[in-house]
Amino acid sequence: MGNNAHKNTDKDLEILELLAKNSRLTSAQIATLLDLTETEVEQTITRLENNGTILSYRTLINWDKVDKERVLAFIEVKVTPQRGVGFEAVAERIGRYPEVKNLYLVSGLFDLAVLVEGRTMKEVANFVATKLAPLEGVTATTTHFVLQTFKEEGVILSDGEKDRRLVVSP
Amino acid sequence: MSEATWTHKLNPTVLAIKPSAIRRFFDLAAETKGIISLGVGEPDFVTPWHVREACIFALEQGYTNYTPNSGLPELRREIVRYVAESYGVEYRPDCEVLVTVGVSEALDLALRAVVAPGDEVLIPEPCYVSYQPCTVLAGGVPVPVPSGIEEGFQARAEALARAITPRTKVLLLCFPNNPTGAVLPRRELEAIARLCQAHDLIVISDEIYAELTYEGEHTSIAALPGMRDRTIFLTGFSKAFAMTGWRIGYALGHADFIGAMTKIHQYTMLCAPVTAQMAALEALRNGREEMRRMVREFSYRRRLVVKAFADMGLPCFNPGGAFYAFPDIRSTGLSSEEFTERLIKEEKVAVVPGNAFGACGEGFVRCSYAASVDELNEAFKRMHRFVERYRAGRRAAVRS
Repeated sequence: MGNNAHKNTDKDLEILELLAKNSRLTSAQIATLLDLTETEVEQTITRLENNGTILSYRTLINWDKVDKERVLAFIEVKVTPQRGVGFEAVAERIGRYPEVKNLYLVSGLFDLAVLVEGRTMKEVANFVATKLAPLEGVTATTTHFVLQTFKEEGVILSDGEKDRRLVVSP
Repeated sequence: MSEATWTHKLNPTVLAIKPSAIRRFFDLAAETKGIISLGVGEPDFVTPWHVREACIFALEQGYTNYTPNSGLPELRREIVRYVAESYGVEYRPDCEVLVTVGVSEALDLALRAVVAPGDEVLIPEPCYVSYQPCTVLAGGVPVPVPSGIEEGFQARAEALARAITPRTKVLLLCFPNNPTGAVLPRRELEAIARLCQAHDLIVISDEIYAELTYEGEHTSIAALPGMRDRTIFLTGFSKAFAMTGWRIGYALGHADFIGAMTKIHQYTMLCAPVTAQMAALEALRNGREEMRRMVREFSYRRRLVVKAFADMGLPCFNPGGAFYAFPDIRSTGLSSEEFTERLIKEEKVAVVPGNAFGACGEGFVRCSYAASVDELNEAFKRMHRFVERYRAGRRAAVRS
């Protein structure tokens, strides 16, 4: 549990898990699945939106199917923590770049794991060289370009697991 | 092809077994493009990956041999632990457990082990399609005991009592039930248990859907006082662990019953496949969490299904278990088979006619909700349209 987590009921969790898998479910549909009233579901969702639990409703896209140049890179960043603010000040500055999709503080041989998106390798390399590496507190970066995406957000992209059941069985 | 036929050489008992009523609809559904099937008797989940991976690893380790007739000792130990924890019935792993090729084999063994020629087997209907033929093949006489929507398709002690004769030896129970989704509340089970004790009946209890119980906890008849020793408890991995194609189940009971069943099993099957046994071991050791996740998913869909039939105006009692609903379709003016056939042809939705599960299933259809929420929503939209059309046609016919 995060240090600023809210106390949630089982119903909150069930609604969140359903929405995490399919954000297009309507309140009426969720109400049916969970045996709640539509009003209860709507009130819960509004509360979870207002308290910052639900941040946005997205679509998971297989960008390999889209005719658009796109490059992803994982960048390991070593940071000298600053007195008083630890890693947060640097993380804050890195996170504000729109090129940065994901940003984590991690244990191990480096400190920040940064997922960067750009149109070309050159663009990403340029971002690292001119924006990320020179930041005060950053002592080293290692860039790993993504070659292929196999799984995203729990979904296997080239999933060959079809429904192989007989159409009618006893 | 030669013109000679060999049917006169076939065993008349086998010849007399009617072909399954499901077959025709299977062919019809299979050749229909864009069909949404609610006619499937197995989960829509693939076996969890950790189970599949454990099986692959077992193969890499060279697990390709026979196992003891009754199954791998560590699997039998894991099974008795699981059953004791889940249902509160204790069995000895050395002589009271038999690992079988699905519950199907276990049921066949149980019937063959106890039924002598002419013995009567009480079979509450609607029921799974194999009970009647397996009883006949074992030399027994199936005695159907029908139930209806009024009693929520539950087997009732009074109805069973009326069917008992001096030749009655076995009561074959299946709750949660395929095809209706009915469960037997403890009080009803207790009345049945008293009846079995009073008439010295053996119970063969097919509890393959036990984990898929949505309101309250599943009670096994074997857990009731005085019932453990006269019950042959059958269950397996197919439904709750999504392992239908592995063909792996088990029987639990008094050593005399299990011993007799093992005798038949050792000569006919030798042992259940070692690969499936290794997978089952992994499922019991590390698969409970995933199983509960699947059960929860089914419970969501069950509510969707019950609401959909209410919206359509088809009476459907609230199914407490399994993944089936059994709505009453008589208001459409169609028989179960007409309904099924036309629904496939006109709206491309497959269900199973209720009469495939016994005569008292006429007027009902079995709808499996082992399908995704999106598929269910689309299927019910089509079915709603279909039902409205036939009802309107019927009203017009009445007026003219």
